[in-house]
Amino acid sequence: MTHSHVTTTINGDTVDYLCDAEETLLDVLRDRLGMTGAKEGCGTGDCGACTVEMDGRIVCSCLVLGAEADGRSIRTIEGMAKGEELHPLQRHFLEGAALQCGICTPGILVAARALLEKNPNPSETEIRYWLAGNLCRCTGYDKIIRAVQNAAAEMRGESNAA
Amino acid sequence: MRFESPATVAEAVTLLNEATGTVYPMAGGTDLLVRLRSGFVEPDLIVDLKRIDALHMIVQEADGLRVGAAVPSAELNEHADALAGWPGVCEATGLIGSTQVQGRCTMVGNLCNASPAADSVPALVAAGAIARVVGPNGTRDVPVEEIPTAPGRTSLKKGEIIESVLLPTKPAHSGEAYLRFIPRTEMDIAVVGVGISLTLDDSGICTDARVGLGAVAATVLLVEDAAKALIGTKVDDAALDALAAACSAAASPINDKRGTIEFRVEIAGTLARRAAKIALARAQQN
Repeated sequence: MTHSHVTTTINGDTVDYLCDAEETLLDVLRDRLGMTGAKEGCGTGDCGACTVEMDGRIVCSCLVLGAEADGRSIRTIEGMAKGEELHPLQRHFLEGAALQCGICTPGILVAARALLEKNPNPSETEIRYWLAGNLCRCTGYDKIIRAVQNAAAEMRGESNAA
Repeated sequence: MRFESPATVAEAVTLLNEATGTVYPMAGGTDLLVRLRSGFVEPDLIVDLKRIDALHMIVQEADGLRVGAAVPSAELNEHADALAGWPGVCEATGLIGSTQVQGRCTMVGNLCNASPAADSVPALVAAGAIARVVGPNGTRDVPVEEIPTAPGRTSLKKGEIIESVLLPTKPAHSGEAYLRFIPRTEMDIAVVGVGISLTLDDSGICTDARVGLGAVAATVLLVEDAAKALIGTKVDDAALDALAAACSAAASPINDKRGTIEFRVEIAGTLARRAAKIALARAQQN
């Protein structure tokens, strides 16, 4: 067993850790760094509950080795709110009841933020395809899609956002 | 298990060649890490190719566009020249997995994973793509259809990796397309996949064609009879009927949970017909 010494950036902060070669970035975040926002659903890249951003692209952190994060820039759900102030996506998920059990929510929020940063005005179809890798077994998705649309409208500065 | 991230192709080849036990090169890792975590593979060494700058390049060369082994699909699908020249290859690669997977998965990884249902491979076969293989004995260029030899197996020898794939430049009036059948609208494995590339002359007669068929045999097939059905025709209904018949005849699928033999044989023809119409429309615009 060989350990890797990794220096990476997580939500803007420099972070150092040691990890085993087999350990995934998800394992490192949850078990070594205490960042339990990203969830393990399937562990095979199908459900999206472990979604984080790495160098500007969303990835399943269960399909990234911890050692691969060396020198990369990671963004997780923990960096989404600014102190007590929720990100518009987080607020609209709460206001629109776009979650029930909440396991999929951190991954969906991180994925949705990446979409809105790339495309501030996505169509419903674009939102649904972008989030196709984020499974939710509670909501039936419609409330999630509406919350993303409402947050997008607010972030675009449209006044009558619900 | 050891994990190495070499900075050059030569170092990667040395590591892979000199290691004992089970060794895997890794590009996006979206197949390998699933198998690692589920215990299907127990590697002694994984060699990550993503720290090798040369493998991140998409370069226009005299005879085509060269795409490095570490270029993720998301990047390929943001590349204007790739999208304009090889829409079939781009759309096929873009169908692999979710947005999250697209940020990691690579065309070369999809090829080397050697799944008969790999989406990018029929499109690469249709495009006449050439894999550049580098190993301890030097470099060789290999048509992509000669890479997979059986499900999960390739013709690569110990220490060899594919460092890039060349998408050869097409003549004027060429078009290509990829279609697959899945029972959902997204995030699924092909029941049948068809890639078609064709070239027309100034009068609209098809002068060249290549047809790749996926998920209907142990490896992705290059179907020469299907290409012959198009060449010399205006890709009219009679030619499309002959194309569909040739694709169905070439299909020798298995029954599994995703589709029966009968269904796959018929769909191979149906999808070929539809893909050819898209490729034809694109050729007429070029």
